Amino acid sequence: MTLDTQPVMINIGPQHPSTHGVFRMRATLDGEVIVDLEPVFGYLHRGIEKLAEHKTYLQNMPFTDRLDYLASMSNNFAYALAVERLAGIKVPERAEYIRVIMAELMRIASHLMAVGFLLNDMGAFMTPVLYMWREREKILDLFEMVCGQRLTYNYIRFGGVSHDLPDEFIPAAQRFIDEMPHFIDEYDRLLAENEVLLARTRGVGVLSAEQAVNASTSGPVLRASGVGWDLRKANPYSIYDRFKFDIVTGTNGDVYDRYRVRIGEMQQSVRIVKQALGQIPQGEVRTKVSPKLCPPKGEAYAAIEAPKGELGFYLVSDGSPKPYRFKVRAPSLINLTVLRDLVVGWKVADLIVIFGSIDICMGEVDR
Amino acid sequence: MTQLLSGRDVARQIGERFPDAVAASDENAVLLNSEALLEAAGFLKEDLGFDYLTSITAIDYPEYFELVYHLTSIKRNQGLVLKTRCDKGDAHVEVPSVVSLWQGADLQEREIYDLFGISFKGHPNLKRIFLWDGFQGHPLRKDFVLDVPGGGLKGSRKE
Repeated sequence: MTLDTQPVMINIGPQHPSTHGVFRMRATLDGEVIVDLEPVFGYLHRGIEKLAEHKTYLQNMPFTDRLDYLASMSNNFAYALAVERLAGIKVPERAEYIRVIMAELMRIASHLMAVGFLLNDMGAFMTPVLYMWREREKILDLFEMVCGQRLTYNYIRFGGVSHDLPDEFIPAAQRFIDEMPHFIDEYDRLLAENEVLLARTRGVGVLSAEQAVNASTSGPVLRASGVGWDLRKANPYSIYDRFKFDIVTGTNGDVYDRYRVRIGEMQQSVRIVKQALGQIPQGEVRTKVSPKLCPPKGEAYAAIEAPKGELGFYLVSDGSPKPYRFKVRAPSLINLTVLRDLVVGWKVADLIVIFGSIDICMGEVDR
Repeated sequence: MTQLLSGRDVARQIGERFPDAVAASDENAVLLNSEALLEAAGFLKEDLGFDYLTSITAIDYPEYFELVYHLTSIKRNQGLVLKTRCDKGDAHVEVPSVVSLWQGADLQEREIYDLFGISFKGHPNLKRIFLWDGFQGHPLRKDFVLDVPGGGLKGSRKE
């Protein structure tokens, strides 16, 4: 006997533990299988790009903290690079090292959240995430040491960083970096051969390399599909050309590969921080830049490899103290372009996992 | 290092294929006529290897809207800045959509449509992305005045 059935439209979110913020997915289901999905954005739209046109360049720095608030240092870094390119500001050597250390610690912290919450979405409620948080706490303690903040740092400034490192920072960071590989191995032991994890992630939500490139995805999502594109290697900004590290790529482009890429990138970040801590010179940490900075007329685009992908700032100056146009190339938003294609044909429970594996931050999606 | 291609060189190559496509060019960018945008972009993608559309931006200048496309060739590690302009005079501002070439343009063009009111001809799902359907105006246009409760932003731009 066959039953006549109709597709059902359901809303997932905006308030739902697995949406990682206020995000809504309008899913059309046939039984439990997704036949169509439309992401709905805008619940966290604050108009940062418009507000920025009314503030001086320096006043905009704290706004960037509030984009991807799980990786604020990276946001500061990208914005500072864009302004420095626009105004031709040089950065002292020591500050470059501090920036790289901060950006890589930030990457570890952000990936810890991404991996932990991925398992949360899979039903391993709170246990893995608390392991990850244990290490993330240590990174936040390091950040608190240098700038007094744990979430919105506002630490990297035009021409350097706001303060020099305190004396206790380098030994503390060294200690953390020495013990971190052990913890990463521990997560891997607990999880990588976990049968539930393998069953839920292998071959799920496969993104082909062609589509990953065509849809402008970036970061771990792009690399998990086997495209070895990392701005730190492809277009080394700051002093990334001085460090030895590998680009971690996947082969299948499924959820499991995205998870593996993040684990691998944490190991590479540890390598970079270790080298940077060994090489960091003494000296100035900030070139003097007037708070009423007026860059010459022109435009500049600067991008970094942020934890979630290519984070770029495009600035247009009309010679006044305020940017004429302030555009954020947000990796979280652009990575969501492929969401529909990844989930169609999978079940609702897989949707949650696939969505989690893209790793977005709504503060950056909606801006 | 990503090699940023000279706008002049690329403009010459586009000009050989599509004589009317290029409006101007300098070292940093190529400015295309908006009618020829899709053909020229297709040429850049297929023949010059620009397989990756990094970002699309719109800027509201006093006389015109300018769209800026940052293209990247992952294979050759090259970059290019492509621009096009559209007149503000018309009530309906429109440029061709490049979604058919790069899927990555999808959400970015919707964002520009929402915040600048520029339509993209040929976009499969052109509707507002961040703001709701009944919202009046397009916030990133310069004539959209920020009205903040309590008397405006301290230190805001005086028009």
